[in-house]
Amino acid sequence: MSMMYSDPFAALLGLQRALEARQASDWLREATTGTGSFPPINVFQQGEGGFVAIIELPGVSKSDLNIQAKENTIRIAGKKSIQYEEGASVHRRERVSGEFDRTLTVPVEIDPDGIKAQYRDGVLALFIPIAEKAKPRSIEIS
Amino acid sequence: MVSKQELQVQQKRQVEDKEEATIPVRQFLPNTDIYETETALTVVLEMPGVEKTNVEVAVEGGVLKVYGRIDFSKYEGLQPIYTEYNIGHYARSFRLSSKIDQTKIEAQMNDGVLSLVLPKVEEAKPRAISVT
Repeated sequence: MSMMYSDPFAALLGLQRALEARQASDWLREATTGTGSFPPINVFQQGEGGFVAIIELPGVSKSDLNIQAKENTIRIAGKKSIQYEEGASVHRRERVSGEFDRTLTVPVEIDPDGIKAQYRDGVLALFIPIAEKAKPRSIEIS
Repeated sequence: MVSKQELQVQQKRQVEDKEEATIPVRQFLPNTDIYETETALTVVLEMPGVEKTNVEVAVEGGVLKVYGRIDFSKYEGLQPIYTEYNIGHYARSFRLSSKIDQTKIEAQMNDGVLSLVLPKVEEAKPRAISVT
């Protein structure tokens, strides 16, 4: 996906189309967890070395997030709480609160100890390195 | 067993503009809570991925307009392989039911959630009416 920064609108449109095109992707087809559980996840390939999983979790504080990795599964659990001021009358309530627990099984061998997590502006990014032994090698002919 | 409230995925709703943009880029409606106390109206909008410097808030002619831009340059060099949601800027506006003191609007951004406190002007505050 090439980005054209001369026209940011066209670049964003290109990204939105690329995201849409992968919505029917069968990348996780053999995983036990289906699609549609909370939180929604986008997975990107980052060069040859690994993946980035980007998860939108607005209103979840960092301390309420619990991320575990084992072999090729990553578990994202936590809770989202919403507080209203006392004595407030509610006009509109669209935000939801509660608990979540989702396991992501990656169909490639990853290095669970090398996963890095970053949480900023309500977005969690997990940098998942591919295991050294799963990386492609060129084989020399002798 | 204690039943816990499990979170469900909320599909993002797209903004339906009166005027269309020339490029069909998608914008989304932030999920919003609005509540009123005696002194103020509080509007809470979820805009994940929006930094606080990229938020615009305006009150014009009794309409509150909020716009949040995401920084999609962070996606540069990333190849989507599996996706469940789309990203885009956020836009939403509300007709305000009570008079707001525009000079005293307070805005706070935390974990991708924008909280706006719109204080009511004195005359719009409720008065107790005594029956004689």
